Amino acid sequence: MKSIYLDNAATTPLDVQVFSTMKPYFQKEYGNASEFHILGRDARLAIEQAREKICHFLGGKSQEIFFTSCATEAINLAHKGLIEALRRNFKEKPHVITTAIEHKAVLESLDHLEREGAVEITVLPVDKWGRITLKSLKDSILPNTVLVSVMYVNNEVGTIEPIASIGRFIRMTNKGRKRRIYFHTDATQAIQYLNTKVNYLGVDLLSLTGHKIYAPKGIGVLYVREGTPLVRQMDGGSQESGMRSGTENTPSIVALGKAVDLVSICRVSESSRVKQLRDKLISELLKIPEVSLTGHPKVRAPHIASFVVKNVEGEAVVLLLSASRIFISSGSACTSSSLTASHVLTAMGFPEELSHGSVRFSLGRYTKEKDINFVVAKFTKVVQRLRKMSPE
Amino acid sequence: MTDFFDKLYSPIVLEHFANPKNMGAMRNPSGVATVGNPVCGDIMKFYIKVETKEDGEYLKDVKFQTLGCGAAIASSSMMTQLVKGKSLKEAKKITRKAIVDALGGLPPAKIHCSVLADQGLKKAIKNYKSRNH
Repeated sequence: MKSIYLDNAATTPLDVQVFSTMKPYFQKEYGNASEFHILGRDARLAIEQAREKICHFLGGKSQEIFFTSCATEAINLAHKGLIEALRRNFKEKPHVITTAIEHKAVLESLDHLEREGAVEITVLPVDKWGRITLKSLKDSILPNTVLVSVMYVNNEVGTIEPIASIGRFIRMTNKGRKRRIYFHTDATQAIQYLNTKVNYLGVDLLSLTGHKIYAPKGIGVLYVREGTPLVRQMDGGSQESGMRSGTENTPSIVALGKAVDLVSICRVSESSRVKQLRDKLISELLKIPEVSLTGHPKVRAPHIASFVVKNVEGEAVVLLLSASRIFISSGSACTSSSLTASHVLTAMGFPEELSHGSVRFSLGRYTKEKDINFVVAKFTKVVQRLRKMSPE
Repeated sequence: MTDFFDKLYSPIVLEHFANPKNMGAMRNPSGVATVGNPVCGDIMKFYIKVETKEDGEYLKDVKFQTLGCGAAIASSSMMTQLVKGKSLKEAKKITRKAIVDALGGLPPAKIHCSVLADQGLKKAIKNYKSRNH
């Protein structure tokens, strides 16, 4: 049976070209980039070339790009590294602003800092579409605010946050302030489709991961604008200009370089192709009774279509579709280890009984129109079947 | 293997989820009960048909309708299968552990689903008793 993979927001398969680019670095070019022999030098060269590519992609300087093991590590480094650096000459407790719909990596790393007594946090609310307002951000700025962390695209509902406007606002605000506010965005779900130039966005810190753009799992990047104070969180051999110790993951770094190249080449055409398929999926699924779209109807990333389905439990949908080799995701409480409703949908004002029926389809490079037609037909049947099973 | 199924469903759970036994509404049941609530996400409705024989009352038929996750549907299905044909006295002895064991285990986070199925049956029997005594 053919598989239809619509969970690209969770992870993507490795691109064939990316795979062949990284392959030599496992068994032929396996040198440690810190060594001075030819093998080491070749690995170093490959890493620096990949860094140039990322740098070109994000529009920063190459010394502002740091490789990590994933976006989660990049986020932890951004938050904890910045706060540790600032606290060294800070009398009052630093204040951090974030949003209620961030990825757990952001919420948990800030929560950690708060529990340690290192920061105080303001969590901005979102509207019913998952957007924060610039006004609520403005109202939350305090004299001791040092960091604003807002995700670019929400991973559960695809809503795009106004990062460039926030960036402009923070730049303006910083002009009249004694204490600088640093701006971090997690761009994990945005890199493939949206403008991620750091100067357009006005960010000081940007995190991303490879495995959502057809590079392998286990490689991420933190962009750190020059002059942003940061204390490394991984001590050791001082790789990555001393910012992140640990022998460089050469194959994956090379792969990430290739992956961003491929994204740059086809970003515009892929965005419109995927968006068209996504819109078709949305309009077809909304024909099913009591199915509603979650997230912003317009201001959303091209690849994510998310819904709540009344009188159906999301995990059951995932399992039944999976039996037909259609792979999607659910934010239902039953799929979370804590059995709590999705914090994103809750923040958007969805009652718990509706959150149970949340499903997310995320399209990708290999999604075809006939896949969408097939999925619409199967999904409709699965919802009918589960509704028939449930008591009135 | 037990650790393995801490987060995954056992093959028996998946089978009962994909092909649930005794699923659907029942006409003229001797007892019905609904357990769970929309906020917790699982709602189970059980129907029982009781037949009185010389030596006591028996569950001639048991049916369920469930809104919930894979574990909720599989627990409902397994419970009905375990008690169907049994005497009320025997059926009342069913425990959540018996349901979980018969399913080949459930992830710890999903144990409450088996509890709900167990409670549902007892409530349906209670409903039958209140109608007839």
